[in-house]
Amino acid sequence: MPLTPVITEHWDAPDLYTIDGYRRFGGYRALQAALQQDPDAIIGTVKDSGLRGRGGAGFPTGMKWGFVPQNDGKAHYLVVNADESEPGACKDIPIMMANPHALVEGVIITSYAIRASHAFIYIRGEVPNAVRKVANAVRQAREAGLIGSNILGSGFDLEVVVHAGAGAYICGEETALLDSLEGYRGQPRLKPPFPAVAGLYASPTVINNVETIANIPYIIDRGVDWFRQFGTEKSPGFKVFAVSGHVNRPGIYEAPLGITMAELLDCAGGMRDGRPVKFWLPGGSSVPMLTAEHLDLPLTYEDMAAAGTMLGTGTPMLFDDTVSVVKAVTRWLEFYKHESCGKCTPCREGTYWITGMLERFEHGTGEPEMLETITSACLQIGGRSFCALGDAAATPYPAAMKFFRDEFIAATSTPVDETFDPVASYVFAGAAAR
Amino acid sequence: MTITSNTGAEVAKAETIAVTVDGVGIEVPKGTLAIRAAELLGIEIPRFCDHPLLDPVAACRACLIEVEGMPKPQPACAQVLSDGMQIRTQQSSPVAREAQEGVMEFLLLNHPLDCPVCDKGGECPLQNQAMQVGRPTSRFEEDKRTFPKPISVSAQILLDRERCVSCARCTRFAEQIAGDPMLELLERGAKQQVGTATDEPFDSYFSGNTVQICPVGALTSAAYRFRSRPFDLVSVPTTCEHCASGCSLRTDSRRGTITRRLAWEDPAVNEDWNCDKGRFAFTYMAQGRITTPMVREDGALRPASWPEAIAIAARGLAQAGSGAGVLAGGRLTMEDAYGYARFARAVLGTDDIDFRARQSSDEEAQFLAARIAGTPATVTYEALERAPIVLLVSLEPEDESPIIFLRLRKASRRRPATVVAISPVRTRGMDKMAATWLPAAPGAEAGVLDEIMSGGSLAETSMAELRDRLQAPGAVILVGERAADVPGLLSAVARLADATGAGLAWVPRRAGERGALDAGALAGLLPGGRPLTDADARDAVARAWGIDAGSLPTAAGRHGTPLLQAASRGEVAALLVGGIEFADFPDPSLARAAVTATAFVVSLEQRHTEVTELADVVLPVAVVAEKAGTFLTWEGRPRPFGQVLREDLAMSDAGVLSMIAAELGQPSPGDVPALRRELGSLGPWSGARATTPGVPAQAITARAGITLASWRLLLDSGAMQEGEPHLAATARPTVARLSEATASHAGLAPAALVTVSGPRGSVTLPWEPAEMVDDVVWLPLRSPGCGVFADLGQVVGGEVAITPGGAA
Repeated sequence: MPLTPVITEHWDAPDLYTIDGYRRFGGYRALQAALQQDPDAIIGTVKDSGLRGRGGAGFPTGMKWGFVPQNDGKAHYLVVNADESEPGACKDIPIMMANPHALVEGVIITSYAIRASHAFIYIRGEVPNAVRKVANAVRQAREAGLIGSNILGSGFDLEVVVHAGAGAYICGEETALLDSLEGYRGQPRLKPPFPAVAGLYASPTVINNVETIANIPYIIDRGVDWFRQFGTEKSPGFKVFAVSGHVNRPGIYEAPLGITMAELLDCAGGMRDGRPVKFWLPGGSSVPMLTAEHLDLPLTYEDMAAAGTMLGTGTPMLFDDTVSVVKAVTRWLEFYKHESCGKCTPCREGTYWITGMLERFEHGTGEPEMLETITSACLQIGGRSFCALGDAAATPYPAAMKFFRDEFIAATSTPVDETFDPVASYVFAGAAAR
Repeated sequence: MTITSNTGAEVAKAETIAVTVDGVGIEVPKGTLAIRAAELLGIEIPRFCDHPLLDPVAACRACLIEVEGMPKPQPACAQVLSDGMQIRTQQSSPVAREAQEGVMEFLLLNHPLDCPVCDKGGECPLQNQAMQVGRPTSRFEEDKRTFPKPISVSAQILLDRERCVSCARCTRFAEQIAGDPMLELLERGAKQQVGTATDEPFDSYFSGNTVQICPVGALTSAAYRFRSRPFDLVSVPTTCEHCASGCSLRTDSRRGTITRRLAWEDPAVNEDWNCDKGRFAFTYMAQGRITTPMVREDGALRPASWPEAIAIAARGLAQAGSGAGVLAGGRLTMEDAYGYARFARAVLGTDDIDFRARQSSDEEAQFLAARIAGTPATVTYEALERAPIVLLVSLEPEDESPIIFLRLRKASRRRPATVVAISPVRTRGMDKMAATWLPAAPGAEAGVLDEIMSGGSLAETSMAELRDRLQAPGAVILVGERAADVPGLLSAVARLADATGAGLAWVPRRAGERGALDAGALAGLLPGGRPLTDADARDAVARAWGIDAGSLPTAAGRHGTPLLQAASRGEVAALLVGGIEFADFPDPSLARAAVTATAFVVSLEQRHTEVTELADVVLPVAVVAEKAGTFLTWEGRPRPFGQVLREDLAMSDAGVLSMIAAELGQPSPGDVPALRRELGSLGPWSGARATTPGVPAQAITARAGITLASWRLLLDSGAMQEGEPHLAATARPTVARLSEATASHAGLAPAALVTVSGPRGSVTLPWEPAEMVDDVVWLPLRSPGCGVFADLGQVVGGEVAITPGGAA
């Protein structure tokens, strides 16, 4: 299956990040067309396109917009979740660096559709380059009259605020993001009320991922039929896949949904040194791992769900046979322990406990009974925590146990660094060998 | 389920829905939470973060239950039930049981096993629920999380972070109930902890409630920490003796010593809360007590036996007879106040009696007789919560009646701008009640009320709109005892209430004042609001007292300043004095002169005071914990309470008065049940009442100097706060408040001191800029380093001078 660059089509143009560069390739054409339409017609188009949220959950975007009560006399807000922090996920930040105007144009069109006069782009603060690029794009758009009052003579007013986060994974959870944006400590909010009813400043709010919003101008410009020619019935369109791990050419590959991991791996030049794939994750550390036997599954929301995992952010991480699964799982749990916001008991205490136990296995001092304890601790977190981040923390271990139980058993007596030479798994180790 | 108003009329039948809990059907009001529905069926779901008076947070996850049709277990504390919903608790759902057990295991992982030394041990929700859903042995083999312990979040409240389960009850209480959001959760994940910002302690009058609602031993008070074990305590339901809010309390004692006091649940009054003064200020009861009667001999007091002291007191008082006066004080139980009221009229034959140990006026006495004394409780806490508007006049609830403050804050969270406050200062308390501030210089308040009546406008607030709002059903005007400072104010309040139909309530500061008023401890008023000058009223009282109506005084006696002035001129033959302090009177030297100049003084007191030093006979009486009694709340609601220290033999004031009366051959009831029976048999007065005073609002004349504004802070130099240094350390600092313009006009430098001078002297203290009326200085009335009456010799509304007081 060939790659289908859309958002990434002109990333080789050195000035794509400027408004002039973006316009040279048809940028802001969609905005002009959108402002001629009824906002509901745009929502209809997005619904018809079948675009699903690219932030991980895959919720239908048009449906989400439709939840916002219209003509309620309240202020509406659009919030773009650009707090990309998931281990392995690296696709929103490249989009913002290379093609920020696609995001900005999408923001303006989306705000028009949902009748928002204020939009906020909440960007992960650790990536100042992305913040600068997007802020610059917003400034250029404002100077060009595309943001501000009476945009392109349509009577539509919009202000766009670029906000840098302060470094917390939890602030990628949409309601925690809202709290953080409002100036509070970022912790998830109790739902209901859902953001579509009472979100930012207790007003109806749409929260979308960067890539989702960057899709909007292309859908408006080229139409539903064009969009639906890519992908599957349930997962229409294309996806910015960010392939990482022990592949020869890690990077961004924009392809139709439904491409297989094997095909994508080919694009990425295969595994380094021709080593076998040991395990891989379709979309960030929060989705259960798969193995080499799953490489031919289509990367769609539905196929991944059927395989017991999730497409997630669509950022596959591939690991070869030099990697200790025990060590990988321990690192992920350490991440979740570090990033747990502390609000709910299962995530706060569970990640603390499981990490402690996993570290024993890493050092070869785990006890066999402890494996069941970790399993039950994961069960006590999954579905019991306040937000989806707790659920995420409970996924790596059970999936790893499903495929690699023996490695955990081995780690009851042998430190994993003895079984798996850590240097062999380093990227530079392979380079040194060559 | 029906909701009835306090008048007994059915107002609304709440819409109900049918739900099933563990297969048992039940009808509940719409909007009920799953955890409450289960409670109604007697099913106790484990919980930590849940508190019925706090917004749900669903953080602890201890209450997970199964909800039909939902894939994951849901927190019962946040699950709003809808019609037909089927929920399953741990009683019938293995999923719910396992989920609850899992959360309990997590909560116990890092919890220290220090129950044997923890204050909460024995009354700990975590301990109890661990018994219910915890594992018998722990699977946790890692190192437990530890923190340096304890840290002070305020001078009174200590925090042991390793015990905390992050339920956020304390932080939500601080933010939602008290409106003092200085307590917050800090850090994240396993390091999450309760804390305060650097140099910003948990500055709240209600901080002690966090200790009580903490479901573990994480929050403790400096006053009680490590003092006793809950199972060693004897608990008695009591009523707070500090202010007229009338909180229900639980007083715990061990071997005759009070160890602590807790807020006790009473939805009609204090809900689940009380203030720190009510919680912590009880050590005074054990300090400086008078242990034996004393009589004056050769100019000095000497201990005497009870029979001797009673005989001397009886002889001296009988000699004075109707020439005697009675100063009862505002801290008596209703029964004791009734004892004084009865003793004065029936035994001495005098009507020279007053309970008001503070600034008072004839206008106030007339207002109380006309509008308040013996009237039923119509304006209640519930009425405040529902009122479309509450107008506060001369009342700063956070300082002067903290439970009114909490109720108004609760109302304002649902309906902002309910509260309108007339005051010279815009206060932090007003902001917390989302109140509209109507500025008025001291003395100008009555003019503002008349302005509301006539519909003018003031400071961008439309008076006509205010008047319209006050005409709405349920509107309330609350007037504080400080209104007596301003001539014409109580008259104007009554006028406005009559004109608008708004409910009117008078809020005294001391716990005993409303009871004393209704018991007849004020000249001109017999029990139940009966006018002394009414023959029918006198007949009814005489019948109840078993005496000849002709022996009762027929003319209203003296009270307030005129009574003190008469005594200071030696015109009062004897004084019977209850619990008063000279410094509480607007002219302390006059009060002292009154006692000094009176030939024969009998003092019934708990502790050695300035009065006992001057008295001829001193008779020790019981403190509140040593007797049963009743306080009336500001609403007029009786709050009976029992005796805490049952082995104690101290006698109540009424008991001592009964002994004196018996000595004079005039038996009268002395024990609480008999006093209550007799007072109850009289009932309220249904005849003609005194006329409402019609004092006109005083014209404010331009004044060259600065006008003094003042009230008592909740925590100040009050005698009943003695012996509790941790509480005293949480008092607001003693500062003067001025507007920026006034300060700069007076040449005050920022962060410098100001000297405020009055006729008698001056005080020098730090000042703070405040949003307030120009040319006014506000001082705390009786705080450490600033006693307005004693130090300045000026009254509220009087003129003072301000000058720079040097560097701070």
